[in-house]
Order: sequence, then C-alpha cells, then structure tokens
Amino acid sequence: MAMLENKRKKNLIALTLVAPFLIVFLVFFFYPTLKMFQLSLTDAPLIGEGNWVGFDNYVRLLSDRLFKTSLWNNIYFVLLTVVPTTLIALGIALMINRLTGRLQALIMVLFFLPYVLPVSVVTQVWMWMLDLQFGVLQPLISLLAGKPIAVFKNPDWVMPMIALITIWWTTGFNVLLFIAGLRNIPSELYEAAALDGATTRQQFFRVTWPLLWPVTALVLTLQLILQLKLFDQVYLTSNGGPFNSSYVLLMQVYREAFQLNHGGYSSAVASVLFIVIVVVSVLQFQLLRIGGRGK
Amino acid sequence: MTMRRVENGIVTGFTVIAALCWIFPLYWALVTSLRSEENVTANPGLLLDEFNFSSYMSAVFDTKLMIWYFNSIGTAVIVTAVVVLISMMCAYALSQIQFPGRRLLYFVVLGSFMIPAQALVVTQFILMSDLGLINTWAGIILPQLIVPVTIIVYKQFFDAVPKEMREAAVLDGGGEYTILFRVYLPLNWGITTALAIVTFIGVWNAFFWPFLVITSEDMMTIPVGITQVNDAFGVAYARIMSVAMLAAMPVVLAYLIFQRRVTEAVMISSGIKG
Repeated sequence: MAMLENKRKKNLIALTLVAPFLIVFLVFFFYPTLKMFQLSLTDAPLIGEGNWVGFDNYVRLLSDRLFKTSLWNNIYFVLLTVVPTTLIALGIALMINRLTGRLQALIMVLFFLPYVLPVSVVTQVWMWMLDLQFGVLQPLISLLAGKPIAVFKNPDWVMPMIALITIWWTTGFNVLLFIAGLRNIPSELYEAAALDGATTRQQFFRVTWPLLWPVTALVLTLQLILQLKLFDQVYLTSNGGPFNSSYVLLMQVYREAFQLNHGGYSSAVASVLFIVIVVVSVLQFQLLRIGGRGK
Repeated sequence: MTMRRVENGIVTGFTVIAALCWIFPLYWALVTSLRSEENVTANPGLLLDEFNFSSYMSAVFDTKLMIWYFNSIGTAVIVTAVVVLISMMCAYALSQIQFPGRRLLYFVVLGSFMIPAQALVVTQFILMSDLGLINTWAGIILPQLIVPVTIIVYKQFFDAVPKEMREAAVLDGGGEYTILFRVYLPLNWGITTALAIVTFIGVWNAFFWPFLVITSEDMMTIPVGITQVNDAFGVAYARIMSVAMLAAMPVVLAYLIFQRRVTEAVMISSGIKG
C-alpha cells in the first residue's frame, strides 16, 4: 500500500515537472498545427468561420502561378545559399584552425559576430552599402555590371543579393560547427599521416574530409531547413518584388492571411511548407543517426 | 623549414584580411553612424574620421527606441527565464524519474524539433486573437517558449551526473524539486548560462512573430521597431545606422562578454561536442 502510494506520489511530481512544457507545447504548437490543417480545408477568412471546401485550396494551388513562382524561388534560394555557405564555412574553419591563442579567438569573433545581429540590422546595413547613389559597394557593382544597379529592384540581382547577405549573416554559426568537428579529429591521425609522408593535400582529402563528413551533413541539412523558411530578409529588402522575383512561400502565407484575409488558402500554402520541412527534418534525423551521431 | 614558415605567414595574413573584409559592413555602419548627415553623402572616405554623436542623440530622442528597448528587454528576459526553467524541469523528469509516458514525451520533444514555427503563424495569430493577446507582451512571449534543444541538452547533462549524487540526496530526504535545484542545477551552472545567453540572443533577434503579433508602435520590439525608422527619417543614413548600432549593441555585448559560453552552447546544441 505504502509502495503504491509512493509510486503515485512520484508520478504526480513527475507530472508537475513536465506539465509546463507539455501545456505550452500542446496549446501553442500542437493545437495550431492541427488547426492549420483543418483551416486549409475551408474558405475561412483570417478571423472568423468558413465553409468546408475539401481539397479545393490544394487543387487551386496547382494552378496558382504565384505559388509556383514562390516554390521555385524557395528552391532557387536554397541552391544559392546551402552549398556555398557550407563550403565558405569549411574554408574559414580550416583557416581559423591553423591559428592559435588570442589571434584565433579574435578571428573567430570577427567571423561569428554578424550571426548575433537582428535581421533588420543586417538588412539595413546592407541596404545602405548597396544604396544606388551613395552605397560603398556600388563601385564594385559598376565594375561587374558596367553601371550602378539598384540591386533590390532588379529581378536578376535580387535573389543572389539576398543570398549573399544571408550567407554573410549566418556563416559564422556553421564555422563554429566545423571548428568543433575539426577539434574532434584526433591529432594522432595527422601524425601518422605525416609519418607515412602524406602531403598537406593528401592529409586533407584522406583524413580531414572523411572525418568531417558527419558535420558537413549536419550543416547542409540544418541550412536546407533554415533557408526554406526564408521570409524576413525578403520582406525587409525587396518585399517580394520586383515582379514577384523574390516572392517565397512564407511571403505568400503572410500576404494571403494578413493582407488578403484568406485564412484558408494561406493555411494550405503553410501546410505545404510545413510538410516539406518536416519531411526534410525526418530525413536529416535519420541521416545523422546513420552517420553515427546518435550515441 | 623556412619555406613552411613563409607559407604559414601568407596563410595567416590572408586569414586576417579575410576576417577584416568580413567585418567591414559593421565597421562601415559604425563609421556612417558617427558622421554628420551631410558628410555621409558628401565624404566617401573609408576611414573613421569623425565622432559626431548627433545622429545617436536623434535616434534616442526622436524615435521610440527607448520604448522598443524596454519591450525587447522585458520580453527577452521573461522568455529566457521561462524557457530555461521549464526545459530544465522537463529534462530532469525525463532523465531521472521513471514515470508512465516518459518515452512518449521524449518523442514529443524530439518531434517538436521538427515543427517549423514559421508555418504556424497564421493559426497562432488566430489563437492569440481569440485570447485577446494581440499587441501585448504575452502575445510576443507565449509562442516563443518552446525551445526543444534546451531540453535535449539539459537531459544529456543530467544523464551524465553520477548516480551517487542523486542517491545521497534521496537518503538525505530531499524531494525531486530540492534535488533538481540544490544538486543538479548547481552542478550545471555552466551549461545553464550558455543556454540562457543563446536563448536570449535568439529571442532578442526574433522578427517574424513579433512583427505579426504587434501592430502598435508602442509595443514593438527592437528588430521590428527599427524598420519604422526608415519611413520616419527618409534617406538619412547616419541616423538609420545609429539606430541599427544601438539595436545591435545588447546582443553584441552579450556575445563579446560571454563569447566562450556562446561558442560552447552552439557546439553542444548541435550535438557535435557532448
């Protein structure tokens, strides 16, 4: 009897420990997720009731040109950022890894610093540097293109520029992951390789690269998920323009819900994005488990 | 051997130059913010040649920057404290107590990792509207309280605490809460500070959700508020850059002061360094 009593008491205490997280999760994450799928099957406005329309919203998506543009721009942005930022971060990490002591710490701070900035600070600084008339980078752009360009108002330049800014903003984070990965490689391996007469290049491709592969896979997938959620930088620099050339899925979610008052249709777009990201996340989780990260 | 040293020198030099180029946008923002408005457009020199604080004065006195600071500090401190507390409690239960549904809960935590909050903004907004929390601190705070990675990191650290510590505490008659706050928390202050700083920086920088849930200028947080300044000032880059510098200052200082902790937290949270 006392044992049972004890056990019940223990469960009750455990419940009070996990309840705060569980309640917040259920109310502010789980419920909105279910609600999103339910709403996507209606023609509801943002606030208020709607009628059940089955899969009409999803059928409409198939022929919605803006949706296709958004989807393509999301993919385009992923192509512009994911692999480049991974390679740049790896290069920077290798450079930093050669340094020692205070200089190493200082250089690491310089590369990481942009990552701690609010997104709107990042975009304002870059919009100033790229200002058509007074931007400090316009001479560089003139050199490349022959004339100054209002990059955020130019359909060819807008996405690559937002990608560049994003890479500058977020690479520091990936640098840290690569540095952690490099530090995990036992130095005996390099000593052994050196004894065998391996050149620096051989050491990199035979020792460093294979052992860094799990970290590389992690960085690639984390970036893929992050960059699919693109919204802030686009909203703040080009607002989806010009001519929808930087329109992305979250932008459509935002516009449909908050400007056009189409809660149902917006939820359908959001559901597609949701499913894409969850699928990628699950794949990532499996990939990393196979990669031997799960202890 | 000398060849080697020359090569090393070149690579180091290149690294330093690359780092300086990388930080140039921030340097340039600082230089701009310290120039007078006329000089910003008239004088394209790259060197820091002026210490004019007039645009900083204007940023502080002619905008609602101080109100946005207040909102940002208030919401970020509350979110950080609550996230750390509820994650710690949940992780402690997952790590140290056998109770029905424990495995299921752990899967929920892992699953919540994968939920993209950005896709939920529409229904979260509807929920907040139903609760009457649009344009309130609670509206900003509540959906930001789930940071699953803190639970997972805490669980790892609690798992690593020697069993004897707990057994001794139980023998002393300590309840679970006492053991958590008197034994497990003090043993893990390091990781607690690290997680708190990273959470704080993340919340301070949050844009999308605060931007949606707040429409009144008096309730805005820093990252949302400063975008209003453009409209108010027009093309006045010295002032816009001053505002940007002031907006970035708290997180930059937090990072510089706790640099090691931030690095540690990033590496641990990603699971590369355990």
